[in-house]
Amino acid sequence: MPPSTDLLQGTLDVLILKTLALEPMHGWGIAFRIQQISKDVLQVGQGSLYPALHRLEYKGWIAAHWGTSENNRKAKFYALTPTGKKQLDTELATWDRLSSAIALVLNATPELSS
Amino acid sequence: MTGELASRLRFFFRPKPIAAVNEELRAHIDAAIDANLASGMSPAEARRKAIIDFGAFESARESAFDQRPSAAFDRLRQDIRYCLRTLRRDRGFTAIAVVILALGIAANVVVFSLVDTILLRPLPFAEPDRLAWIAPADTSGGLSGATYSSDAYDDFRAINHSFTDITGYFAFSSPDNIKITGTNSAIPQPITGIGVLGNFLNVLGVTPVLGRNFTPAEAQSHAAPVVLLSYPFWKQHFHSDASIIGKAISLDNHPTTVVGVLPSGFDFGAVFSPGTRVDVLTPTALDDIRTYGNTLTLIGRMKPGITLAQASADARLVAPQLYWGKRDPTSKGAYGPMEATGLKEHVAGQLRRSLNLLWVAVGLILLIVCVNLSNLLIARAATRSKEFALRVALGANRARLVRQLLTESAILSIGGAALGLLIAFGVTTWLAHQGSLALPLLATLHIDTTVLLWTLLIALVTTLLLGLAPGIKMSTGNLHETLKDSGTNASDGRKNETLRTALVISEVALACVLLVGAGLLLRSFLHVLDIDLGFRPAQGYSIQIEQSPSRNVEVRSAFYQTVLSDVSSITGIEAAGLSDNLPLTRNRSWGPPGVKGVDYPRNARPGTLVYVVSPGYLPAMGMKINGRDFSWHDTAKTELGIILNKKATDFLFPGQDPIGRMVEFGGKSDRIVGVVPDVHADGVESDTGWQVYLDISQDWGEDGTQLVVRSRLPADALAPVIMAKLRALNPGQPAATLQPLQQIVDHATSPRRFFAVLVAIFAALGLVLASLGIYGVISYTVTRQTQEIGIRMALGASQASVQRRILKATLRMTAIGVAIGAIASLTMGKLIASLLFATEATDPTTFAATVAILIGVALIAAYLPARRASRINPMTALRNS
Repeated sequence: MPPSTDLLQGTLDVLILKTLALEPMHGWGIAFRIQQISKDVLQVGQGSLYPALHRLEYKGWIAAHWGTSENNRKAKFYALTPTGKKQLDTELATWDRLSSAIALVLNATPELSS
Repeated sequence: MTGELASRLRFFFRPKPIAAVNEELRAHIDAAIDANLASGMSPAEARRKAIIDFGAFESARESAFDQRPSAAFDRLRQDIRYCLRTLRRDRGFTAIAVVILALGIAANVVVFSLVDTILLRPLPFAEPDRLAWIAPADTSGGLSGATYSSDAYDDFRAINHSFTDITGYFAFSSPDNIKITGTNSAIPQPITGIGVLGNFLNVLGVTPVLGRNFTPAEAQSHAAPVVLLSYPFWKQHFHSDASIIGKAISLDNHPTTVVGVLPSGFDFGAVFSPGTRVDVLTPTALDDIRTYGNTLTLIGRMKPGITLAQASADARLVAPQLYWGKRDPTSKGAYGPMEATGLKEHVAGQLRRSLNLLWVAVGLILLIVCVNLSNLLIARAATRSKEFALRVALGANRARLVRQLLTESAILSIGGAALGLLIAFGVTTWLAHQGSLALPLLATLHIDTTVLLWTLLIALVTTLLLGLAPGIKMSTGNLHETLKDSGTNASDGRKNETLRTALVISEVALACVLLVGAGLLLRSFLHVLDIDLGFRPAQGYSIQIEQSPSRNVEVRSAFYQTVLSDVSSITGIEAAGLSDNLPLTRNRSWGPPGVKGVDYPRNARPGTLVYVVSPGYLPAMGMKINGRDFSWHDTAKTELGIILNKKATDFLFPGQDPIGRMVEFGGKSDRIVGVVPDVHADGVESDTGWQVYLDISQDWGEDGTQLVVRSRLPADALAPVIMAKLRALNPGQPAATLQPLQQIVDHATSPRRFFAVLVAIFAALGLVLASLGIYGVISYTVTRQTQEIGIRMALGASQASVQRRILKATLRMTAIGVAIGAIASLTMGKLIASLLFATEATDPTTFAATVAILIGVALIAAYLPARRASRINPMTALRNS
């Protein structure tokens, strides 16, 4: 796999946490919501969605319970735990710092730097 | 972070079933179908689209399931199971690998436990770091020159500022010096007792396991006799009977009260007198030995915070104020500079180099073992390369395969370590019971936690070393080529072969270093055996006889004469004589002899060893006398005679005939009746000093009686006859053993023999492993080249030329290894030069023999596959492709 895996994986984790911060949701719902909000830019494949969900669950950031979906089907719902909430805040702060830093670099003009 | 760990642990012990993952993924597809239906697709289309979008179901499930915390363990379990299966299929390989590893690891564990016991582990005393051995800085002058008088002890104890307390023990006790009567056997049994000062156990910080320590009153003159038993003696002689405390036993015909039993961890002999057994401790009263001169060794407990250097400086200041004997005021300042050495250093210091050498030797063995097994593993990996290539093609990643290989080498290492530990356990147990081996603390040798940890470390190192070679091969291998390769005649073997040849060359080089080291040590040992000791131990025997208690010299002399005439009457005995001391055992020295009127410069003459002997002793020892022996006509009333060794007469009468001259010795004038060769009395390898022999009939105060006989008969035949004669003369004669003089010499040379033999065993092991390595590589090459050889023979190559080609390749490989090894050996030789005796570190014989042995063994190892190659039938070989 390419070396950027970690970044992508980390990013997916934040996306999932953020989505679950709105309301508890099942796997398909999470993927759908991310796709919808990102206007179809971000498409989460199940090949990475479920490993990520399970990983987060094992870390204790999200908790799972079986429930019934809007279509009256049995589904596994994920919800943010207090630890996950804290984690999301940290991740968001990090993300903000990182993205503004990147923005600064990318917006730098030749005049300024010389 | 901890919350995360707790969460993972919870899931580790309560894993989610894989069915739950299945169900969850199905629910996902169902949700997708519902969404598709909602967007207006037909049911069939909705389902198809959802499944296509989902992608590989199995893969998604697997990767989700693999996130579980226990996955790593499951994979490990899988690896181990797979390894065990393949190893079981390849039983021959597994057995050889485990046995070779076990030998290498056992050698390492045994040597480490020796190092641990002798060098690393602290002495079994309280705060052993604060204990110091206080002795003259000048170590010549035998035991008398290394000990102090009661007066010196008292003053040193009072004046010094560095020690909380000083103790000591009476250094002149010989083995079997006490007779125990009435317990276990009707015949009196000899046991060994050491006299210690009353505060001995207090200073060392040792508490008896049973009973109590000596009281200060018991360590005074004329106190009722008491004794402390050693733990093994109590166990064997008194069957661990606790009620013995407070009872009296008969020691030297005196009822002696047993006050206590020493702890099992305290072995006086192991620490202070390696290779001897000490059964009991008795209190020595300072006043009883006040007139004996130097008899006490000093051991001090330093005050907290005082360093050895400070203690030594203090001792140097105190030394000039000590009296040899207060009666004689001029004896103030009789002692030279004193030095405090750490007790541990005193006990084990001189073995450090030898033990380090052993440590290096077993390290080399371990390297050879690893190289050898790497070779086997590479050969195995080569035959398994197809399997691995296939697994990579099926999606296994390289890391997983390397981990598989590491698992395999770990399993082999653990197996080898377990078997090696078992062997080491047997060897150390055996060694710990070698009572005659004069190595300190050997009796306390055992496998402890430190040794187990060391074994674990070794197993870890071998795992990595073994996994390395095949792992490298694996990570550099080319999948395509391996799969394309048709196997045995493939050219990819070329690279493989270079690696294996390099390994064999390093193996030969390592074996060469070991062989040279062993050769040098063995030659040193042979030279030590060749030393002219000044007496002939062969056919000489000694036995301790009970000293005549009479204070009248004529009565004693008459008794000795009867003993000797009775013993001499035994057929087969060629000579018999008595001496109070024997060479290479304890000794005592007096002030040196001198010619009356000659003023010798201070310290020009060394302290002189004194032997009080009977007529016949010198011939019985096999010593040539220039002049005459003492005779029974010499008595206390005739002129005093003296026999000197050559070193003394050469100094006193340079270029003149000393026989018949007078010397001053022991405060009297004595006529020299004979001159004898210098005897190695302090140690086989140490220099000889001055020695004098005095006549037992002339009342010099013999301090013991050893009967020495010379006979061609074996000890078994002699012992009962001699014992019968002695017992007829003295019913109280204890059941002493008749000891061949050679045994005394062997005891003195035992550390050197021990190290030489161990290194030789390791070298032999290295040689066998190296030859196995050569055999393996050549054999593999021949198998691989079967076709090529077939073609050559079909084209007219003779059997001889095929053999020659293979042997030549072997020779080249060996020669390179030997060359590298020889250069390394030269460096090693310099490092061990101080351990050699009369042998140069560059000893040409040793080097030549090593080269010859290695090349010879290499040719033999290569001959078998070479012969096989030359018997190849060209037609079969070619048809076999």
